[in-house]
Amino acid sequence: MTLADFNSILPIITVLLWALLLLIADLWIPQKRKGLTALLAAIGLAAGIGLSLAQIGQSALTFKGMIMLDSFAVFLNIIYLFSGILAIGLSYDYLKRMDIERGEYYVLMMFSIAGMMLLSQAYNLIVVFLAIEFLSIPLYILAGFARPRLESEEAALKYFLLGTFSSGFLLYGIALIFGATKATGLGGILASLNGGETNLVLFVAGAAMMMVGFGFKVAVAPFHEWAPDVYQGSPTPVSGFMAVSVKAAGFAVLLRIFLTAFPSLSAQLVPVVWGIAALTMIVGNLLAINQTNLKRLLAYSSIAHAGYLMMAFVSASNPQQTGQAVASMLYYLVAYGLTTFGAWAVVVSLEQAEGKGLELEDYAGVGQKYPWLGVAMLVFMLSLSGIPLTIGFWGKFFLFRTTVQAGFTELALVGLLTSLISVYYYLRVVVYMFMRPGEPRVRRDSWLSLVAVGAAVAVVLLSILPSRLLEMAAQAVLRLQ
Amino acid sequence: MNFGIHPLLLVTFFPFVGVLVILFLNTQQKQAIRWTALVTSLITFGISLWVLAQFQPGTPGIQLELRQPWLRLDGLSIDFYMGVDGLSILMVLLTALLTPIAILSTWSAVEERVKGFMIFFLLLEVGMTGVFLALDLVLFYVFWEFTLIPMYFLIGIWGGERRIYAAVKFFLFTMAGSLLMLLAILVIGFQTGTFAWSDLVAQREVFANLQIWLFLAFGLAFAIKVPMFPLHTWLPDAHVEAPTAGSVILAGVLLKMGAYGFLRFNLPLFPDATVRLAPYMAILAIIGIIYGAAVSLAQKDMKKLVAYSSVSHLGFVVLGIFALTNQSVAGGVLQMVNHGLSTGALFLIVGMLYERRHTREMSAFGGVWKVVPVMGALMLVVTLSSMGLPGLNGFVGEFTILLGTFGSTVLGSPWFAGVATLGVILAAVYLLVMFEKVFLGPVKVEANLLLKDLSLREIVTLVPLLILIFWIGLYPQPFFNLINPSVENLVSLVSSALLAAH
Repeated sequence: MTLADFNSILPIITVLLWALLLLIADLWIPQKRKGLTALLAAIGLAAGIGLSLAQIGQSALTFKGMIMLDSFAVFLNIIYLFSGILAIGLSYDYLKRMDIERGEYYVLMMFSIAGMMLLSQAYNLIVVFLAIEFLSIPLYILAGFARPRLESEEAALKYFLLGTFSSGFLLYGIALIFGATKATGLGGILASLNGGETNLVLFVAGAAMMMVGFGFKVAVAPFHEWAPDVYQGSPTPVSGFMAVSVKAAGFAVLLRIFLTAFPSLSAQLVPVVWGIAALTMIVGNLLAINQTNLKRLLAYSSIAHAGYLMMAFVSASNPQQTGQAVASMLYYLVAYGLTTFGAWAVVVSLEQAEGKGLELEDYAGVGQKYPWLGVAMLVFMLSLSGIPLTIGFWGKFFLFRTTVQAGFTELALVGLLTSLISVYYYLRVVVYMFMRPGEPRVRRDSWLSLVAVGAAVAVVLLSILPSRLLEMAAQAVLRLQ
Repeated sequence: MNFGIHPLLLVTFFPFVGVLVILFLNTQQKQAIRWTALVTSLITFGISLWVLAQFQPGTPGIQLELRQPWLRLDGLSIDFYMGVDGLSILMVLLTALLTPIAILSTWSAVEERVKGFMIFFLLLEVGMTGVFLALDLVLFYVFWEFTLIPMYFLIGIWGGERRIYAAVKFFLFTMAGSLLMLLAILVIGFQTGTFAWSDLVAQREVFANLQIWLFLAFGLAFAIKVPMFPLHTWLPDAHVEAPTAGSVILAGVLLKMGAYGFLRFNLPLFPDATVRLAPYMAILAIIGIIYGAAVSLAQKDMKKLVAYSSVSHLGFVVLGIFALTNQSVAGGVLQMVNHGLSTGALFLIVGMLYERRHTREMSAFGGVWKVVPVMGALMLVVTLSSMGLPGLNGFVGEFTILLGTFGSTVLGSPWFAGVATLGVILAAVYLLVMFEKVFLGPVKVEANLLLKDLSLREIVTLVPLLILIFWIGLYPQPFFNLINPSVENLVSLVSSALLAAH
């Protein structure tokens, strides 16, 4: 391992080693003071952010072409690490309240984040598979962390079965592509395609399989069925973490592989991806209408947002718009992630033991009794529906703009009309909070409030001054070779 | 006189100061909250007069321009671009005038959650003023959508029985239109690389081949807001359920945003499409005039009657705009102001009756002029103004519109004006019937004998409106002086497209 190799994965190593040490150190941390574990985990992630920030502007292909360091990966790594810190903020009080406080929780979360970071830097299909398993297995455990609660166990089992099932698809796809191109490295695959030595039938079959596998991971229709059950059953902070980071990781690797290794194919795949995007937006938004459980509602909303993100993927097939499509997807991921975390923080604040406090009725009166929490949730709901003066508006604005420019106006129209549907169910939450009287029970925890109010302030401020973040996203380009 | 802040920024964002102060007041200090809101909105009105003082009536173009880059990225330039001209100056003044009046009207009507009410009201003022001043399409869209949120809460929290239904319907209807407008904005921005209004007017040839579609996408958003037949169904619900102050602002300002949108964007950006579609728009406007009037005739609830009469009156405005003559468009702009004054006053008086009797059914009243003479007299003036009696403001607007429409070459037929005139007659019928049922005749219901006449505060809310009703009715010239140069500019721009078409 050369110094360049080492440098390219320094943040990943740091997070990983930190997690391992924390696992041991946690043995000496008394049960009453698990907050210390949480704090240490957060510090580890913050150290990861610091090291990632130092990597900005660097670009290298290391480990004999296995690992790519580019600004795209750095940008995403920072998103994952940051979302990890937010997730810890949501978890600390929640675990105590639900009486499932164990130090491994934070360690598992760090493992999963390390897996995501590896995924964003993977430049070889074998590493991709490795990273996916690496990020998924801790999540299977985390989903079942609230055992012996039945829903949590059910969620873990469902997630595990469908996760391995999709991994099977992915692996099979990788095998087929290897058979077709004699390579697993993205560079090798591209060279083989350009050299014309590829067995195209095998190759397309393999790419389609991979598409299905990733489709499960990011929960786009028609592979979305698991998401609501898993999100509902898992401990709420884990659901929030999955809704943001796993989705981001899935989309990142999808972009990397399809744009780098299969550029010619991605143009041919457009009708399929177009269909998936449209279907996901329609299905996610339509099914969300009837939900009365907040966790399920947010689950369907996250499916719908996967559809919007898929639009960027469609636009990226237009070679002139690739850069913009990547930038608008990254921007949307930040907007969606920040907003979603805030919304989950509010859900965590209201959740009571035994899965109570999650119905819409339980939100009645929140706006009156807890105006700050209510206003924060209002901001998140508006942001998710893409209404101005929230960052969600700019996210949709850039996404739709890219889609129009890439020549897919009809898809943008589908997106706009479905987001009208989404306004309805997001507003329902607002209706309950502000327009129905009630006696809500809210858990006051300073970390939780900090995440909720902080996210709300960020959502509004970043919408008034959108340029800086957008510039950052625009600079986070994929290095294609 | 200059405070170091651009006057347009100040007039738009000053209500935020009040919001900040109110945030720090205790929920129980209702009186302090009310006064803060009132004083803030009065200062904003003062600032709007200061803007008027700096406005030069003779110049047709954009004045007091303020243009700062907001977002710059390759191929994308969004400006924080504001300015005022003859089309918007009166709208800004109307907004700044009606807001303190509406706030004053809530003194005893709103007792619950006063803090939230006033915050939303001031935020609404920011949004509305911004809509009239924004000259960048994206900025305009931001303000346009932003107005939805406070109004949604005003209806949904402080409204009547079916308030949630009405609020959601209001939100979804408006949103449906504006999403298509957003798509059109994106298409325009993609084709020209800019969103700034003045640049787009200069470069409108670039998207000329798409302009029918773009006109329809913008037009849908504005037509829902106006509202034009058959997109008006949200309006009666919203009006009936909204609290009085909300209705005043809804009718007085929010509906004007739609008509203003046509003037500001559809006409100058898509002139060919405007000329081609003008007859259809005019037909829809006339259907709205007749339909709104006919439905008003059948109402038993006063507030519903006034709400439907808005559909009818706004029909005149749209007719004037799409007749595309100097007179008709100028009349349309003035009629926007007139409707804000008259209908605002009508809603206020209906609200005062409701506060006293908790009903708006006309059959529950009758003969109350004898009991409340001051209210009766003021109501008579307002009713006459709304139906267009010469010497009062409504006449000036409607007459100018009809005169201009009569000679319109774009519409090409005197029948448009002819049929629309029926609307004036019907308006006289339904308004006088309402007045007769409520104020004239013998007192039938005993409870009405105990009605209190207007308090000083209530008189103060109505007097500014009445002064303007008389002023515009007797001496409208200063108002036309403000409007005309910009309107002539706009109409000549569209007529050049008409000439090119032939």
